[in-house]
Amino acid sequence: MYHVKKECVAMILAGGQGSRLYALTQDMAKPAVHYGGKYRLIDFPLSNCVNSGIDTVGVLTQYQPLVLNEYIGNGHPWGLDRVHGGVHMLSPYESQGGKNWYTGSATAIYQNIQFVDRYNPDYITLLAGDHIYKMDYSLMLDYHKKQKADATIAVIEVPWEEASRFGIMTANENGVITEFAEKPAEPKSNLASMGVYIYSWKVLKKYLIANENDPAAKKDFGGNIIPDMLKDGCKMVAYNFDGYWKDVGTIDSLWEANMDLLNPNIPLDLHDHNWRVYSRNPVMPPHYAGENSFIENSMVAEGCNIEGRVDFSILFAGVKIEKGATVRDSIIMPNTVVKSGAVIEYTVVGEDCVIGEKAHIGERPEAIQDKDSWGVAVIGHQIEISPETKIKPKAMISENI
Amino acid sequence: MAIMSNNMLGLIFANLHDDTISDLTKMRTMGSVPFGARYRLIDFPLSNMVNSGISSVGVITKANYQSLLDHLGSGGEWDLSRKTGGLKLLPPYGHVGGGLYRGRMEALHGVENYIAESNAEYVLMTDCNVIVNLDYNHILEYHIEKEADITIVYGHGSYTVEQMQTKTAFGVDADGRINDVLIFPNKEGEFNTSMNMYICKRDFLMELITETASRNLYSFEVDVIQHKHKEYKIYGYRYNGYYEQIDGNLSYFAANMALMSQEKRSILFPQRRPIYTKVRDEAPAKYGIEADVCNSLVADGCIIEGKVENCLLFRGVQVGKGAMLKNCIIMQDTVIGDKSEMNYVITDKDVKVGAYRSLFGTEDYPVFVGKAASV
Repeated sequence: MYHVKKECVAMILAGGQGSRLYALTQDMAKPAVHYGGKYRLIDFPLSNCVNSGIDTVGVLTQYQPLVLNEYIGNGHPWGLDRVHGGVHMLSPYESQGGKNWYTGSATAIYQNIQFVDRYNPDYITLLAGDHIYKMDYSLMLDYHKKQKADATIAVIEVPWEEASRFGIMTANENGVITEFAEKPAEPKSNLASMGVYIYSWKVLKKYLIANENDPAAKKDFGGNIIPDMLKDGCKMVAYNFDGYWKDVGTIDSLWEANMDLLNPNIPLDLHDHNWRVYSRNPVMPPHYAGENSFIENSMVAEGCNIEGRVDFSILFAGVKIEKGATVRDSIIMPNTVVKSGAVIEYTVVGEDCVIGEKAHIGERPEAIQDKDSWGVAVIGHQIEISPETKIKPKAMISENI
Repeated sequence: MAIMSNNMLGLIFANLHDDTISDLTKMRTMGSVPFGARYRLIDFPLSNMVNSGISSVGVITKANYQSLLDHLGSGGEWDLSRKTGGLKLLPPYGHVGGGLYRGRMEALHGVENYIAESNAEYVLMTDCNVIVNLDYNHILEYHIEKEADITIVYGHGSYTVEQMQTKTAFGVDADGRINDVLIFPNKEGEFNTSMNMYICKRDFLMELITETASRNLYSFEVDVIQHKHKEYKIYGYRYNGYYEQIDGNLSYFAANMALMSQEKRSILFPQRRPIYTKVRDEAPAKYGIEADVCNSLVADGCIIEGKVENCLLFRGVQVGKGAMLKNCIIMQDTVIGDKSEMNYVITDKDVKVGAYRSLFGTEDYPVFVGKAASV
């Protein structure tokens, strides 16, 4: 079959478990985690692709793919239901050579060389499926071409004290990367890799095949591909990004990233019509703010019914806050009901939960003596909390109480 | 249910009753009049059809239909982008000899080919001025049971003289057959009033179209129902559920405000029979530090920093700091400046209201601000 040539194909790594999100990723891969009142994390790389003019996207899935597969569907919400290209879900498969899981990021791309080759691209954009940021990949591609690079790695300045959590690049004054260190104990630079790469496909393909055939090699990009390319003198350049970027690996960072949307000083504007973040929209009426409701400094999605008090919080579609209930500094995922008199503070509540009357979940840090015992509480998906139950801060609830 | 409903072809008249709310239909069809902070009127009949299992729907337009085309697109949002059937827009001048129609029968004559090509046994016709969530299969069952030629859906209530100036009223006998037809009776009282929804067999409709066209008759209400109710078996189906009918600025305003009732919202927007509409990919509404909102419906994309009471805010509306809105319908992408005060105002799309402005209407005469106007 004839495939139209594409200059650039994007591959999104979406197979991660997100194990540190615990109850929230029990039944779904991390890129499917809810964010910002109506999104899932994967909406960001998908929307970035579309807004950057990339219309051929492979999504590599492995861990709990059902929710993600259903969500992405034929790609219509992102404008990725295309005659040529579009979005494709790429799961591990069995071949004559055997059964192969995606044991690392390099293996995952290696196993899909056939998919990429169909479009005969000059470049491939490799993306993580679980980062929150708005970025024009076409500008990065221009830079990649201008530099005549083999690989371009997007980097962002991080605080020095956090640098040892990231893959750190050292680059010279021309932007050429001279050194790469994965989570270095003593970082030589504070330029962290954002997990956004552009490779010239011919070059990368060669390294993928060599890496896969080397039994001693680690099968991921940070472990072997990038160090090997550097060692061989490939031209690898750093592309500086200075916008908002967040990796939500933990409950705290997920909570923070949501709260960032309520902070006018943080440059992540989801209301910008020139760079829309697309998502699958719920079919619900507008939200209703009741006679006695009080809503301040919050984001509220459609289908919500609010009779209580909502402050510094993010409510997803179809959430119901009954009279006399209070939600503060919290994130409430779709279709959860908070019964009257319940109080929720510093908590992430999953979807389809019922929080019973007068239950008290989480606590404000000010109200706690022992600061070490304080943290954001989490209620998993489809959980019922019975009336008058008290749930401590930092708790992780994955069964009915 | 599915098997029977595949037997129905849906026809929606998008332009009828335009003149009843002329401010809002100056630039659009009745079907594309915004409603309920998120919807267009046509979303209700379209969604009802889809929820009733109808998979072929023709939308008959006359004039001003650009906004309708924008809204409906290929029909995908109503799940009507289909290989077979699906949504079909039927503008005037669609074929040689077709032109602007004078009435419902002439409009049907203009789309005769579309009706002829269908293989549905029945045709369900509806206008866009009724806000309701109903299963058309109930009406079809009734129609079959009564062996009627035409079945018309009606509601019952007491009405003022003004209200009856735009309604068609029926007398019905004990069996439900229509035996009297009053068009725009200029008097108050209790009436059975038409909800402008009709079911008949497709073959019957084809004959009716030929018959009226050959006699140069164009009105369904006058030339068919009123003059032929003795000849044809025309039955009324009484709908006792909740609905709103829009036949003027006041009823438009009231129908919107009625949505503040939780009970009415749950009747109109039940989870298993949703009302679909065009998606706009807006971020969730954002409430600022000084936001104070009560008894209001707010769509995605709004940014609220002022005081809002008894209002409907459509998608992308911005309310500035210290602004005070009461009893208003604020349509898509309208921006209200800081410290402005408004009471009983309807703003059309893309209106800009500067800072420190005051606009006051009254309950029986809301102020209307036209599309993209600057105040």
